[in-house]
Amino acid sequence: MPTQTTVASTGNTVVAEAMRQCAPDVVAAYPITPQTTIVEEFAKFVAQGKVHTEYVCTESEHSAMSACIGASAAGARVMTATASQGLALMWEELYIASGMRLPIVMANANRALSAPINIHCDHSDIMGARDAGWIVLFAETAQEAYDNTIMATRIAEDPEVLLPAMSCLDGFITTHSIDRVQVMDDESVSEFVGDYEPQNALLDVDNPVSHGNFAGLGGPYFEFKKAQRLAIDRSKAVIGRVGEAYSELSGRSFGFIETDMMDDAEVAIVVIGSSAGNARHVAKQMRAEGVKAGLVKVRCFRPFPAAELAEALKGAKAVAVLDRSETFGAEGGPLYTETRSALYDLETRVPIVNYVYGLGGSDVRLELMRSVYTDLSDIATGAAEPSGLQYLGAR
Amino acid sequence: MQQLTEIRWHARAGQGAVTAAKLVAETALAADQYMQAMPEYGPERMGAPIKAFTRISPEPIDIHCNIENPDVVIVLDDSLLDVVDVAEGLVDNGTLIINTCTPPDAVKRSLGLSDSITVACIDASGIALDTIKRDIPNTPMVGALSKVTGAVDIDAIKTLLVSTFGKKFGQEIIDANIASVERAYEEVATA
Repeated sequence: MPTQTTVASTGNTVVAEAMRQCAPDVVAAYPITPQTTIVEEFAKFVAQGKVHTEYVCTESEHSAMSACIGASAAGARVMTATASQGLALMWEELYIASGMRLPIVMANANRALSAPINIHCDHSDIMGARDAGWIVLFAETAQEAYDNTIMATRIAEDPEVLLPAMSCLDGFITTHSIDRVQVMDDESVSEFVGDYEPQNALLDVDNPVSHGNFAGLGGPYFEFKKAQRLAIDRSKAVIGRVGEAYSELSGRSFGFIETDMMDDAEVAIVVIGSSAGNARHVAKQMRAEGVKAGLVKVRCFRPFPAAELAEALKGAKAVAVLDRSETFGAEGGPLYTETRSALYDLETRVPIVNYVYGLGGSDVRLELMRSVYTDLSDIATGAAEPSGLQYLGAR
Repeated sequence: MQQLTEIRWHARAGQGAVTAAKLVAETALAADQYMQAMPEYGPERMGAPIKAFTRISPEPIDIHCNIENPDVVIVLDDSLLDVVDVAEGLVDNGTLIINTCTPPDAVKRSLGLSDSITVACIDASGIALDTIKRDIPNTPMVGALSKVTGAVDIDAIKTLLVSTFGKKFGQEIIDANIASVERAYEEVATA
């Protein structure tokens, strides 16, 4: 069993620690709030000789991801981190990384997108990149951010998968808060992620290959895209296996979704990230008051856990999906539309409503969570009709 | 000890409130408690009013939002009393600890606080100038917190000052900080 040390640490510090333990060959990064301390601490590890990584300071996130792609295609284990505008600036490279099947691991410190300018938490950045062919994991706590980073490395590099993976943590709320975290010893992590054996490495001169070629009309472009879809579908089994192996090693569970009090729940909230804790806290209070409240936290967004959500929510009388991002002009937020779709084939229709909340770091107060459960109770008893998209706590 | 203790810090940027919130959290961890410490990040300018938060609990902490109804409020600069409603949301039997030369009953009157609230006053700046030789009142305020609420243990604070400050500073600075904690622990006055 691994030796675990309990530390008082921020989310960013333990993500940097997980990166060091995974020992990437190359990290190419550009600092951006609230991600900065991840790459700052990692750069310090490199300077102190605590990890033997080629650390590349780039002039932008566009260049950072380009350098990551080059290094990964060459055959290196590659990691980076970004947030918000930085992730947006990487947009074209995100698709190139997944299209070239490069298992780059990136931490994303969830932050709002401009305009207006805002440095605080929401999920607009990652939700804009959700369909870029990356595996996407979310953390509620610093502990999960640490765990996800390690798991993401093994998932991405699995020969069955070979896709880039993102480990998301909430800006400031998780990145900058000091929390109680268990960190494993270096050897256990190193053994868990294993040595990286690159497939189709450019530097494998005995087996020459090329990457990202022209595959125009009549070429295999269509088939490449289908192969990516099959790979991310296959990743589900791998994520499940890696999650189980990690739980066994660390003693901390991992599921595509994690449920609380859902066995007999009549009203349920579906949510991603740090706000899941707030919902859990309030759900426990509601239980004490006789309301059958439950909670579903989504920890893996890509591949989307549709079957797991349908199974967890099928007995509920009213469900609220909380989105920390806006998808202007869509039926609702991205978590809502996909959760609703996941419930379509259920025999009994489950009433489902959508709240957009916490944009730009707007504080997710407990009374807001309580108001959602109260609204759901009214829907469950028939005292109220399910309404359209609502803005939780907007003035 | 009660289930969950929520502490809100008011200070001016540069006074070390974040370091103090962190020190309290680490002391709690050393006592095998669960804890959180988070600053409220805004535009960072030296002297601007800032807030920080600490939660301590024997059980894992689920909540990840700001503290609106603190059990304890700690004010590192009494000039904030004219600018910020430091007692906002303080629970009925809560505690307010202020770095000031004004006696606690006078503070209680001027803020219009109810009798159920404990007000504790300490000249933390004076102690800091005597011991650390700079007006950084953060560590004395932690000493006062220990005495008034028992949320953290004074010996544990001192042990942590040695281990954490020891990485960055020399023995002289560590000793000065420990002296500041001890003096505040002895000198804090409550009403």
